[in-house]
Amino acid sequence: MSLTTPAVENSQELSARNRELIEEVLKAYPEKAVKKRAKHLGVLEEGKPDCGVKSNIKSLPGVMTIRGCAYAGSKGVVWGPIKDMIHISHGPVGCGQYSWASRRNYYIGTTGVDTFVTLQFTTDFQERDIVFGGDKKLAKSLEELQELFPLNKGITIQSECPIGLIGDDIEAVAKAKTKEFNGKTIVPVRCEGFRGVSQSLGHHIANDSIRDWVLDKTAGKEPEWVSTPYDVAIIGDYNIGGDAWSSRILLEEMGLRVVAQWSGDGTLKELERTPKVKLNILHCYRSMNYISRYMEEKHGIPWVEYNFFGPTKIEESLRKIASHFDDKIKEGAERVIAKYRPMADAVIQRFQPRLKGKKVMLFVGGLRPRHVIGAYEDLGMEVIGTGYEFGHNDDYQRTTHDAKDGTLIYDDVTGYEFEKFVEKLEPDLVGSGIKEKYVFQKIGVPFRQMHSWDYSGPYHGYDGFAIFARDMDMAINNPVWGLTKAPWKKG
Amino acid sequence: MSELRQIAFYGKGGIGKSTTSQNTLAALADLGQKILIVGCDPKADSTRLILHSKNQDTILHLAAEAGSVEDLEIEDVMKVGYKNIRCVESGGPEPGVGCAGRGVITSINFLEENGAYEGIDYVSYDVLGDVVCGGFAMPIRENKAQEIYIVMSGEMMAMYAANNISKGILKYANSGGVRLGGLICNERQTDLELELAEALAAKLGTTLIHFVPRDNVVQHAELRRMTVIEYAPESKQAEEYRMLAKKIHENKGNGVIPTPITMDELEDLLMQFGIMKREDESLVGKTAGEAVLCA
Repeated sequence: MSLTTPAVENSQELSARNRELIEEVLKAYPEKAVKKRAKHLGVLEEGKPDCGVKSNIKSLPGVMTIRGCAYAGSKGVVWGPIKDMIHISHGPVGCGQYSWASRRNYYIGTTGVDTFVTLQFTTDFQERDIVFGGDKKLAKSLEELQELFPLNKGITIQSECPIGLIGDDIEAVAKAKTKEFNGKTIVPVRCEGFRGVSQSLGHHIANDSIRDWVLDKTAGKEPEWVSTPYDVAIIGDYNIGGDAWSSRILLEEMGLRVVAQWSGDGTLKELERTPKVKLNILHCYRSMNYISRYMEEKHGIPWVEYNFFGPTKIEESLRKIASHFDDKIKEGAERVIAKYRPMADAVIQRFQPRLKGKKVMLFVGGLRPRHVIGAYEDLGMEVIGTGYEFGHNDDYQRTTHDAKDGTLIYDDVTGYEFEKFVEKLEPDLVGSGIKEKYVFQKIGVPFRQMHSWDYSGPYHGYDGFAIFARDMDMAINNPVWGLTKAPWKKG
Repeated sequence: MSELRQIAFYGKGGIGKSTTSQNTLAALADLGQKILIVGCDPKADSTRLILHSKNQDTILHLAAEAGSVEDLEIEDVMKVGYKNIRCVESGGPEPGVGCAGRGVITSINFLEENGAYEGIDYVSYDVLGDVVCGGFAMPIRENKAQEIYIVMSGEMMAMYAANNISKGILKYANSGGVRLGGLICNERQTDLELELAEALAAKLGTTLIHFVPRDNVVQHAELRRMTVIEYAPESKQAEEYRMLAKKIHENKGNGVIPTPITMDELEDLLMQFGIMKREDESLVGKTAGEAVLCA
């Protein structure tokens, strides 16, 4: 690739070229749209506190945005992976049906008996439920869930758009049924899709519902377990393809006890016991910083952000986590690092020659636009452009620690912009979502889905790094890319 | 058969829309017109005087029982009352739940799709209080009511509502064919009521089509679940309703695009008639007792 773009040597030239590119791409828009979109596109400048782009603002009408909605943020991201609870989509059937089991949150359990992650539950609204209100149907549905799935540990009610319009009193239904079902946890979540500008508000609403309907309810009760000085909770790992598992083993090996996973392969009990841990370790800052801050304020639990993509960041993170504990854990961290370094080195030795110098452009969700940069760099690759679907300014602040000077930054990128950027910068790999995958593959650019790990994974931890490296090699060095031009058009 | 004429009665809640409309329509039926009343108020009290019944089974309740509106036949929901006036009630949820506006839309679509308007001279929509959402604007949208009659009185809030409804009509007047047919003043015996109603009508670019005087016979008829037309056809009040019916009948095609006014203009109007004192800010927020002390 990279034949038409002259090699850019220093970051000043790079910045200038990227700024020109932004100007050029913006030309396609009407004047008003240029003004608005220009604020979301920028070039990272070293030393600045953030990436110089605006974020968390309503997408422009007429563009193809890649964002989701508040319901997606609550049901799909935060609540959905809690495996022993039933998450019922309250409203018409479509929202639940078309998002059914699409996030690859792995879990252990007997589906349909004591775990429910890959099942789809909905109140399936009809016209009459809109007109007369859906409370009665919701109450009936909860009764049926209780009867058909008696081993469920709790239920969440995930509101779809119409619920907010017709004013169903889901809180009253939740309270009444909690009483009827002997104190069962039933959580009403006001995550109507029209709220906010992206799925981000859904994360916040879901965090708040855990605070109000789970943590505050269990506060003051005697814990049913004995805590140790080494108890931690993994926060913001959704166990995509097993990510939380390959993370957990490292923490356990260094001597910590992981008593909760939020929320991949997690349970209601794990949520309830978290206020007793010694440290919350936070992977996806965007979707779960809210509850971490709450537990810090209310229960005095410190939290620490970490990054388990690629050996460099893993080592950094293990030491950072260990610094909150005594020497035993610090030694444990060093032991883990020493143990896995040969394995990581072997992975790098094998794949770096095949991947060195390859350029990547990313556009993903919560933490990955910055977190995976280190893993690519461990393989000798370079991330030349990145952006967040629904990030806020604090995400762009954090990005400055990972991305290099001159990196092209695009917030809430539009379909058009992304295509143009890729066309001009000619990366060797694009990492984004399912909606983008086939567009770029048809253009002839290798692609990996970086939300679902493209049906692979895990990518977290040392085990995950080996799989990550293999997958990137498979995508980029696949011989199929040499066959995309008709033989008679070659040369 | 003459061309179908669709009209609607709007107005502030409690102003007497249902009473006025049923009496007027009964008088129209006396003139030989074939009439369909579509009640668009969740209270479902738009047809009781015609049917002599407390409450008609509504489209939405029957639909909810049957499963969905597709499971209903037109015969299930339509009742026939005084002088063969056909009656349907849209119905809706009890106060505080669901979406009554969506119910109106569902009902009207059902009636149209199932041929309820065939063989009819007049369809009259009786719509609740104010145009609170899109659903209640359904009767004034494209290809529905051509003329809207706003029932009002000399009370400030009734006039305020009349002005608001005019705004709703204005919004749809250009996309559809809806027009303001005129104001109907239902006498409340407030100060200078007739003059005020006429002045408001002029401001809105329309006319006060009829001033219906207050008469206790209406109450007597209502207690018997009857219109005055049926209960006391010889009464003076029955004659008033017949006059109103005749005026509406002859008003075909005379509707206007209303010119709603601002809240300030409305207050100015009240000042003009001495109902409110000009620039008398000292009265704002004062109780009657306090106002006497100030004066």
